[in-house]
Amino acid sequence: MTDQDVSSGIGQGSDPLAETLAGTLARAIAEAGFALMSLAEIEDLTRGWVPELLHVLEREGADLEPARRIGMALVDANMTNPGVLETALEVLLDHLPAGRWSSTVRAAVAAGYAAGLRRATLAEQEQIAGAIIIAYARVDRMARESEARFRALFDGSAVGIGISDRTGRVVQVNQALATLLGYTVDEMCGFWVPEMTHPSDPPEIWDQYRRMMLGEIDHVRMEKAYYRKDNAVVWVDLTVSLIRDDQGNPQFAVAIMDDMTDRHHLQATLSHQALHDPLTGLPNRSLFAERIAQVVATAGPQSRMGVCYLDLDGFKRINDTLGHDTGDQLLITIADRLGRCAEDRGHLVARMGGDEFVLLVERSAGMGQLAALAEAALAVVAVPISVGPHRLRVTASIGVVECPAMGADLGDILKAADVTLYRAKAAGRGRWLAYDPGTVAELVAGYELCAALPDALERGEFSLVYQPIVGLSDGRPWGLEALVRWHHPSLGLLTPDRFIGPAEETGFIVQLGQHVLREACREAAAWRERFAGGELFVSVNLAVAQAHEPSLVDEIKRTLVETGLDPSQLQLELTESALMSTAGAPLEALRALADLGVRVAIDDFGTGYSNLAYLRSLPVHALKLPQQLVGGLRGPADRSKIDERIVDALIRLAHAIELTVTAEGVETQAQAEQLSALGCDSVQGWHIAKPCSADQLDRVISRLGRAPHLPGPRAEPKSS
Amino acid sequence: MDHFRGVRQVDLPSWAPGSVDISQPSAARVYDYILGGAHNFAVDRALGDEVIRTSPNAAETMRVNRVFLRRAVHFLVGQQVTQFLDIGSGVPTVGNVHEIAQKMAPESTVVYVDVDPVAVAHSEAILEGNDRAGVICADLREPDRILEETRRLGLIDFDRPVALLLAGVVHFLSDADGPGRSIARLRSVLAKGSYLLISHITLDQQPPEVAAAQRLAARTSTPMYPRTQDELKAFFGDLRLVEPGLVFIPAWRPDAGGVVERPEQTGAYAGVGYRG
Repeated sequence: MTDQDVSSGIGQGSDPLAETLAGTLARAIAEAGFALMSLAEIEDLTRGWVPELLHVLEREGADLEPARRIGMALVDANMTNPGVLETALEVLLDHLPAGRWSSTVRAAVAAGYAAGLRRATLAEQEQIAGAIIIAYARVDRMARESEARFRALFDGSAVGIGISDRTGRVVQVNQALATLLGYTVDEMCGFWVPEMTHPSDPPEIWDQYRRMMLGEIDHVRMEKAYYRKDNAVVWVDLTVSLIRDDQGNPQFAVAIMDDMTDRHHLQATLSHQALHDPLTGLPNRSLFAERIAQVVATAGPQSRMGVCYLDLDGFKRINDTLGHDTGDQLLITIADRLGRCAEDRGHLVARMGGDEFVLLVERSAGMGQLAALAEAALAVVAVPISVGPHRLRVTASIGVVECPAMGADLGDILKAADVTLYRAKAAGRGRWLAYDPGTVAELVAGYELCAALPDALERGEFSLVYQPIVGLSDGRPWGLEALVRWHHPSLGLLTPDRFIGPAEETGFIVQLGQHVLREACREAAAWRERFAGGELFVSVNLAVAQAHEPSLVDEIKRTLVETGLDPSQLQLELTESALMSTAGAPLEALRALADLGVRVAIDDFGTGYSNLAYLRSLPVHALKLPQQLVGGLRGPADRSKIDERIVDALIRLAHAIELTVTAEGVETQAQAEQLSALGCDSVQGWHIAKPCSADQLDRVISRLGRAPHLPGPRAEPKSS
Repeated sequence: MDHFRGVRQVDLPSWAPGSVDISQPSAARVYDYILGGAHNFAVDRALGDEVIRTSPNAAETMRVNRVFLRRAVHFLVGQQVTQFLDIGSGVPTVGNVHEIAQKMAPESTVVYVDVDPVAVAHSEAILEGNDRAGVICADLREPDRILEETRRLGLIDFDRPVALLLAGVVHFLSDADGPGRSIARLRSVLAKGSYLLISHITLDQQPPEVAAAQRLAARTSTPMYPRTQDELKAFFGDLRLVEPGLVFIPAWRPDAGGVVERPEQTGAYAGVGYRG
């Protein structure tokens, strides 16, 4: 390998000892497994070394450098495992002559190996250290470049990024975050995260933050509100990630927040819209249902709840007469009042639709609380309301349900409230009634009655009866009032007081009214021939809603033509409040009918508010005094005679403006006589004749013709 | 060679820097230590000694693997392959591919790939002045990046036959790392006439104490994942294994006169696949 001059004289395969020694040495190394070379390659090496070694051995006292170089050559061939040296020396000991010089030469080989190993080790250590320095520098540069990229990302990001340490102190924020919250970057550093609260924060978010700082969770995502420096509120989509140190302990929290204030407001608006009534701004049916579900879900065994189900009385009429704008304004005002009334007491009020409202008492203290609430609601509704030129007085009816909250069912509650409300209406409106489970059947019947009306008409369950109106001057029947009856399949015969209210509320009254009008006219048209000697008129009640039907005049004209009834034989009865509130088109219609020759009577005169000055300009022919007034006539024994004076005044008033007067509900002969004495024109009532069906009319009319029960031809008026 | 967990997170973007932490052992330097080199530190030697203690065959397996690589490069040059892509090359001190190949065929080109920045810097020092060999710092789990950076060096023409060397590296990847996917991607660029070399530890035919030692080693910071012969064969895909197939390392084309006794004791397979 080295110094070819020295080795050339001896070796080159000619020396048998050298050949043997080179081969033995190579095999020993290969078998020891210390080399990464094939046997042939190792032999190439040992053949180079051995002649040199033998050359030194032959010359005692010669330079030992060649022997040392052989030791170094082992190292250079990567045979750095000390076992190689051991193996090599053993082979040399076995094959070289013994003696001191031989030992010295072997020691030189070992020394050379040691020196070579030391040199190689130092060189390799230097080499690997150099590589470490280069790698450090390179990784450091990459880290700096990476940091620069991250820095650019951090600074230039449109999303807000903030970093806080494990104590919650903000240590770094980017410009986007500072801008989002309205601070400078410097102002924000030093903020304490647990202080960045907002009242809308659900408690669990701070629990999650605490758990993150304990290292229990690594990521949290939520929507959260923050106060800006100017106290405005921003909503952000917030992601917080935990950064741990090398030991895995929480070190930093990185918060990334994206401004979603607009989206949040939109969502809030949408969800508010979904749960609130657009007209009044009150919670709607969905929110009410949601709240009930919450109450039920959180109810304990002792919990009670209650609802006041409120419906305005006669709202449909207001809508029909004054228009929907006025109706809407009225609803807004009522909603506002109910809202304040409920909120003052901490209750929810919702608009269930139309003119129906519900007040929810989530934790009821008992019926007394509900009663007080219902009274309060009735009171705020009753305060007169000005809508444009109108000053309206409305009343409401309320159905109250108070029940255990646990296991309560929304549908059951609403149904109970509804039927109770209906009962309150039926009981005269403007009042509240409590749900009474004992009268469930009755309630349900009333409730179902309403729903059954349209079918009943189709099935022909309605029929007419007629009650005679008899003239006091001649004792003869002048006309007959047509009254409707309902032959209910299971409830039997029902009088109008059971179903006219519901029919008015549902608007079914128009259809029913038309039916009654047609039937009555058809029947009356036959009377001219049937009852010779008298032209009996038929008197038909006209509901307010009918009076507002634009087709009313045409309808009546057609009916008269179809039935052949003379207009003078038809009288329409309207209540005075209907007439008094009538303006515009309905009044025109009544005038048109009056011009045709149809009579118009004011029903129940004196029970409502009458504008007496206005009365004379109305197309009215007759007044009907109600049973309440007539019933007050108790004959000569009545000392106060107050009722008599009132009736007297009304009759005089009517006559003064040329109206005839019919007294209803006459039940005694004394009343008949007294009315006759006061100058009343005609009477009607059980004392005269009970209502009867059309086919019974012959008998009734002929009996009346004999008129034994009437005072006979009227005496001269008392005043004369 | 260095695929220690924690050195690099696969989910980091590829431009995230690696790290240099000489307080942690490096597989490349442990390998160097066991092969008798001094390119290592106390922490590497401590782990090397631990490996030798717990798994007595390990040191022998590493030497055998190195000798096999030498034989295989001889074979490949003999098959007229002159382009080598050596992934997991480590600290290429002893019997490295470029020396062997360029000694036989001076025009041979070699690209070394390692994930350890120190091994890469070291390789650069060794390769200084050799314009037919280069080194890149990349991870076997990022085959596309390996291919991209290899092409950028301009030393390997993938239109011509290439020898792809995966000597003692694939067993540092767990199944979750998807070694099959990486190898398939690399295989896909091999032109006709190319070769794929794999050597890999196994528990096939190993005595129970070796399996126990292996399980112990798996709990250290440098776990290795032995695989069965069938699993390893799958890595060759549609390549045809050259004679003698996938065998225990010493049995793969031993040198003439070389003695092969109980080759399974090495606990590692080697094989070379050929794309015909």
